[in-house]
Amino acid sequence: MSENEQPTCQTLLCLLSDYVDGELSEELCREIERHTAGCDNCRVVIDTLRKTISLYRASAAEPAEISTETRDHLFKTLNLEDYMQH
Amino acid sequence: MSDGQNDISIEALRSGDKHEFARMVDTYSGPLYRLALKMLGNEPDAQDVLQNTFLKAFQHIREFEGRSKLSTWLYRIASNEALMMVRKRRPETNFTDTVQEQDEDQILDPVQFTDWCCLPEEEFLTSESRAALDRAVQRLPETLRIVFILRDIEGLSIQETSQALNLSESAVKTRLLRARLRLREELSSYFGERLDHLKK
Ligand SMILES: [Zn+2]
Repeated sequence: MSENEQPTCQTLLCLLSDYVDGELSEELCREIERHTAGCDNCRVVIDTLRKTISLYRASAAEPAEISTETRDHLFKTLNLEDYMQH
Repeated sequence: MSDGQNDISIEALRSGDKHEFARMVDTYSGPLYRLALKMLGNEPDAQDVLQNTFLKAFQHIREFEGRSKLSTWLYRIASNEALMMVRKRRPETNFTDTVQEQDEDQILDPVQFTDWCCLPEEEFLTSESRAALDRAVQRLPETLRIVFILRDIEGLSIQETSQALNLSESAVKTRLLRARLRLREELSSYFGERLDHLKK
């Protein structure tokens, strides 16, 4: 957005995944935070990106299970009916 | 998925031990089915993918060298099966393929700047919201969708995702970023509307 090494909105975009995953150096994180302090759009993008990811993570937090019918059918197709445990 | 690999003996699988196969099926069918369902968006196709995944696993277990986790290897088979199914189902037009290719390569500049994080938490838990989340994933090009599902839904690491998809880690990261940004746009229009609605 400004001279010296301040990241622009555009360069910041490429760093976003690593940033929200906590994989950027402290130095880069600080630059991003300096940028977002003065750039509302980027702040919103980061916050809503974090929220987006966390909503999907939460939706997968429940253990994945298949229905009894699907399981029965699967074991039958695989010829493993005799080996089904309960 | 939490890796039950330590419990399952690769040796037993290789020697054709059916008890062990049955245990493998029970350990992994839940997460693999979820992956297939998120990829395909309907139960019959997801069930087919699940079946084919285990059939292929039985056929090829001798080729599994243990360089990745068993779970990653299974995710790899399931991802291939799911991608094949998506492509098979798509009507044959070169036009959509071309659009798809271009679509994948672009990092779209954000256009939605509504801050919807402040919505009451129960807004995110309604069945409508969950359906909106699923719809948004369904709308991703499949090459982005599979990366997002493996990494952000199934919780694989970048390295595991790259092994499962036979892609470089940097390709995984780029696709993940594109997928996440697209989903953010979709959710911003959905939850932005909810926000407007609540303000009224
Ligand atoms: Zn900015």
